[in-house]
Amino acid sequence: MKADPAGVLTGAHFLDGDFACGEGAMAAGCRFVAGYPITPSTEVVERISRRFPTMGGTFIQMEDELASMAAVVGGSWTGSKTMTVTSGPGFSLMMENIGLAAMMETPCVVVNVQRGGPSTGLPTMVGQADVMQARWGSHGDYEVIAMSPQSPQEAFDLTIDAFNLAERYRVPVMFMMDECVGHMTEKVVIPEADEIEVVPRQLTKKSPEEYFPYDLNGGQLPEFARAGDGYRFHTTGLTHDEKGYPVMSVECQEACVRRLVEKIRDNADDIVRFEEEGIDGADVVVVAYGITARVARMAIEVARNEGIKVGFMRLIVLWPFPEKRIRELAGKVKAFVVPEINYGQMVLEVERCAAGKAAAWLVPHGGGNVHDPETIVETIMKAAK
Amino acid sequence: MSVATKQAARELQEHPSAPLLRMERIPHVWCPSCGIGTVVKCYATALERSGVDLDKVSVVSGIGCSGRVAGYMKLDAFHATHGRAIPFATGLKLGRPELLVTVISGDGDLVGIGGNHFIHAARRNMDILVILINNFIYGMTGGQNAPTTPISAKSSTMPFGNFEEPFSLPHLAASSGAPYVARWTCLHIRRLTWAIEEAIQRKGFRFIEVIAPCPTLYSRLNKLGTGLGEMRFYHDNAEIKHGCDTKELDIGFHEKIICGKFVDEERPSFLERMDSHYREVLGDKFVPMGPDGGMIHE
Repeated sequence: MKADPAGVLTGAHFLDGDFACGEGAMAAGCRFVAGYPITPSTEVVERISRRFPTMGGTFIQMEDELASMAAVVGGSWTGSKTMTVTSGPGFSLMMENIGLAAMMETPCVVVNVQRGGPSTGLPTMVGQADVMQARWGSHGDYEVIAMSPQSPQEAFDLTIDAFNLAERYRVPVMFMMDECVGHMTEKVVIPEADEIEVVPRQLTKKSPEEYFPYDLNGGQLPEFARAGDGYRFHTTGLTHDEKGYPVMSVECQEACVRRLVEKIRDNADDIVRFEEEGIDGADVVVVAYGITARVARMAIEVARNEGIKVGFMRLIVLWPFPEKRIRELAGKVKAFVVPEINYGQMVLEVERCAAGKAAAWLVPHGGGNVHDPETIVETIMKAAK
Repeated sequence: MSVATKQAARELQEHPSAPLLRMERIPHVWCPSCGIGTVVKCYATALERSGVDLDKVSVVSGIGCSGRVAGYMKLDAFHATHGRAIPFATGLKLGRPELLVTVISGDGDLVGIGGNHFIHAARRNMDILVILINNFIYGMTGGQNAPTTPISAKSSTMPFGNFEEPFSLPHLAASSGAPYVARWTCLHIRRLTWAIEEAIQRKGFRFIEVIAPCPTLYSRLNKLGTGLGEMRFYHDNAEIKHGCDTKELDIGFHEKIICGKFVDEERPSFLERMDSHYREVLGDKFVPMGPDGGMIHE
């Protein structure tokens, strides 16, 4: 369906990434947000709290991030599209209820405007060190979707995509911004509402008598009933059967976990998003995401001027990882160079998928600012030898 | 059993609250003479008597013995994470304001790990009804100390007796801003049912504490005898004092339990205040979320 015009601020704007993300959420049809203040993410909810009362949305500032995430899961069960916004320490606090969202198969979006860590780290300065946490942060086995925008415009566009994917796969989507993109102000064009495609919450058409909350009907995804429509369903964070009832058995656990994992893995081709440039004939491919993708472009230009054949792959969706593409490229190129503002996270995935056929070089950065492009150039040079 | 009783038993093919229970999940997990089942019965009876549309009622529980209540209610039922039933319920209520959102959970869940949410929901006067079953102990994990364990009572992690001051829950709720606060025991079936029925008609953060026996752990660790013995204890030691100052509601080990309705005031709830405030400051620009909620329909 097309976006509800009430949430779409059509026009050309000069916005930072945080504001653009908030506008994307409202355009996507998000009408309930719960959050707790934390730098550098708070502008997202500041924007939303100012605009929500004019479009039938409710924002509540909860007492902490545990409460924010729990409220977002509860809110989603009313059929509302829901979101919370945070940064590193708050992201850590949300982990248990992100697991609940995954287990209950609750669509929602969690924005993490990444700052330097660990612990309180660098509250006002950039980091990209939560990308593995986005994937593995809650206990147990499950899959999520995670994405990372490189600009305010993309923060707007991708937030809509994040909500759509959350609906399509009934999964929490991690929106992994970084402080640089969050606080960078650029032109953001917001189209007309009828040019924005949004995935609405699909309610079951079954009668309450024939409805079970986790019945798969031969597919991979259960049908959704919302609270208050007479379905009187039960849902739990415990391992459950198709009725949503707890079943403490090895068989039920296997079925439950396998499906949570496979519903994403089997559909990776539909979910994965990346951009490539200059890959054909390249000896070295730089793989980057978020703000680092923009820095890497400069390094690539310098290396190309030095005569090195460098390709570029920008990850837009981080999880599921574009495994298939990296495997393909590994047979053709000499090496991957992965600059990221952490001490080696996505590079591990690149290395795993390259499976020894191509080298994977990390360009690490502890956080606080972006890479000096020269460090990336140096690694490209080494990798090309 | 008399002939008349046998006859009645035959006629009573199903439990009177069966329409509100998930009968296919019975037998339940609770121990014989545990107090939680009584609370379930009172809750179900109160809901039926209240005349509310049961399709619009949600029940949320956290983790623990009392956290299993939601799992047996034939309502929209949510078994959330430990301590987070109240914020989960907050999301449900704000996402679809026409719902009657109830929370039933235990003392460890709601005021131990979830204590922060409890006081803030009361402060905001969030539009939810909270029934807290207090058995003075962590039952499901094996009888550990709770924030409600009375001084000198034994628990598996205070084997020499508890020396930490416990919370007085009605006082905590009232001083955090709850406009409806009551306490009953599992023995006060009718009064508890009335209280729940009354609280359903009120608005904002409504809090009812129910003192319940834990025969398997609390009673055994403290040599309090059987569950029936506990009921007899409530009979002899519960004192009804409506309107009692909530400062006087502490519960000592195996001492008098003051019950009653302590607070029943009319105060604008979170949703009412939000609505009137935005109407005042934003005028025609304010678009309230409809009672049906924030779902965008095709």
